[in-house]
Amino acid sequence: MKSLQSLKYYGLVRELTLTDFKLKYKASFFGYLWSLGKPLMLFGVLLVVFTSFFKMGGAIPNYPVYLLLGIVLWTYFVEATFSSMASIVGKGDLIRKVYFPRIILTISASVTALITLLLNLVVVLIFMIFSKVSPSVNSPLLFLLLIEFFVLTSGVSLLLASLFVRFRDIAHIWEICAQAMFYATPILYPLSMVPGEFGKVLMLSPIAQIIQDSRYVLITTETGTVFNTLSFPFSLIPYSLSFIIFIIGYWIFQKEASKFAEEI
Amino acid sequence: MAKDKDIAIKVENVSKLFSIPHEKHATLKASALNIFSKRSYTEFSALRDVSFEVKKGEFFGIIGRNGCGKSTLLKIIAGIYLPTSGKITYDGRISPFLELGVGFNPELTARENIFLGGSILGLTRKELEASFDKIVEFAELQDFIDMKFKNFSSGMQVRLAFALAIYAHAEILLMDEVLAVGDSNFQSKCLEEFNSYREQGKTIVLVTHDITIVQRYCDRAMLLRNGKIVNIGKPEDVGNEYMLQNMSDEEKRILEEREEGDEKSVSRNKDVSITGVEFLDTEGQVRSVFKTGEDITARIHYFTKQPIEKPVFGVAIHTQDGIHISGPNTRTSDIRIPEICGKGYIDFTIKKAPLFTGAYNLTVALFDWNLSIPYSFQEQRYIFRIRSADTNQYGVVKLEISWKI
Repeated sequence: MKSLQSLKYYGLVRELTLTDFKLKYKASFFGYLWSLGKPLMLFGVLLVVFTSFFKMGGAIPNYPVYLLLGIVLWTYFVEATFSSMASIVGKGDLIRKVYFPRIILTISASVTALITLLLNLVVVLIFMIFSKVSPSVNSPLLFLLLIEFFVLTSGVSLLLASLFVRFRDIAHIWEICAQAMFYATPILYPLSMVPGEFGKVLMLSPIAQIIQDSRYVLITTETGTVFNTLSFPFSLIPYSLSFIIFIIGYWIFQKEASKFAEEI
Repeated sequence: MAKDKDIAIKVENVSKLFSIPHEKHATLKASALNIFSKRSYTEFSALRDVSFEVKKGEFFGIIGRNGCGKSTLLKIIAGIYLPTSGKITYDGRISPFLELGVGFNPELTARENIFLGGSILGLTRKELEASFDKIVEFAELQDFIDMKFKNFSSGMQVRLAFALAIYAHAEILLMDEVLAVGDSNFQSKCLEEFNSYREQGKTIVLVTHDITIVQRYCDRAMLLRNGKIVNIGKPEDVGNEYMLQNMSDEEKRILEEREEGDEKSVSRNKDVSITGVEFLDTEGQVRSVFKTGEDITARIHYFTKQPIEKPVFGVAIHTQDGIHISGPNTRTSDIRIPEICGKGYIDFTIKKAPLFTGAYNLTVALFDWNLSIPYSFQEQRYIFRIRSADTNQYGVVKLEISWKI
């Protein structure tokens, strides 16, 4: 019964996402291109630094596309979590005056970021064609990885959004965490450069797993993934973590949701 | 029970307690530091054991002063707040919102806002497309449908919001003070629409502090005070009780105000002074709130050390906005006072006070015969209030009127 009611609100997710998109790029000449600007800029800088100065990517075939894919995926994670975190507090007026499932707000913020990711992946595809990367038979698996990524990101978002209602310094804490995670995830550097034991720890992170798996299925099989880094039972940890984080985030959010109207 | 079929909303023993922390630990650091110390709360009980039923097809009014808990109650009915204890049951689809135009985005066009606002109210795109034309027609916005909402006049914004609310197809409509906006033409259109709503067996719960709306449109009304139900029943009775409650509250306040104001007394001449003014009703009772059409007597007390020959007492009545309504004195009224000395008073009566709801300032003065020496002059120092039950006329002064065709 309850899930049926939420289904009714599918239209609301779409309307909120559409509105977000319309307003984000309204009155700007380049519109969506701006959201590409940030990852492309980072990509350009890192490409120069890591191919010309440090020659780090040398061992990896198609390092530029490999790097771009990592950055695009990471950007999605950061943007989705930051915009979702503010989704409840930012819509305080709405929450105080009308009842609808609060989760809609956070989910639609995540969906907005997901759409940007999909558009950015098209750009990655264009880069792949230019770099003459031939897609492997595994490429369709990217779809499953994106679902996992959306589940993980939504879980983190729900957790952050509900905490942010009570503690506004979550924004700062999360910024620091995100920065640390950026360097703790093999985005810039190949996993092979990380000394053995550390590499294993890094690969326990679901984000690292998703990025490495995506690169594996899309660009090159010569990259470290969970399966060639960790032994069998441990290799399941990052996959299950994604879903565990989602369940925790969802549970805390729903527990807090009924009090949002009073606390904002 | 067969009787329960007619009940749209059943509120049983609902209480709401707000815990307001003395120091709000809005930061993680603050709450981490205070994790072991007991957090102190001020508990504020917004609703206390409220129980009532609203029947299907009823226009139900909830009235009360600011802070009486009426909005909290409506929020609980809408599902925005959870009650601390008690239970609410509904029969029918309830509108989840309390204010018009919730969720509208000023940057979007009217068309886009109908779809956005409508989906926030829980409508599907299909439902919205089906009633789109009706909404636009009702709002009278056919020519502006692709204009940005922010460029609408406030009246147009309200019309669009109301049209959407009407077509949200809820069986129970909750409204908080919505009728205060929009021009009177549109207001009456809204109320007519409410009436047709009622005829379709739909239920309306309206929260307001406007007695006239309750008395004119509601089938039943409820008066809340400090989170408790004071009265529930006929709108006329409930409205009158609300008015009486306000009167006695205001009397208290005026008395307090006057005590504070005593030091500010301006007396031009220490030997001659107006020592005070009391307002009396026809029975000689001291009051400061009167009804339209009542006799109001201002008893002006004076004191003089030396005898004053042919004194002139003057008064002036101003509205709070400073409009001078009238300013008679004893000389222009052909009252000759030969001499006053010592303590005494003079009564000034406004017969059948033709004034509407509001506060009025009374200026009192004591002059010599030529009005050249102000012995005592107390400008707009005394306040009395009028509460009007008359809803047929608006303004400051009630005129004797007639119409003829």
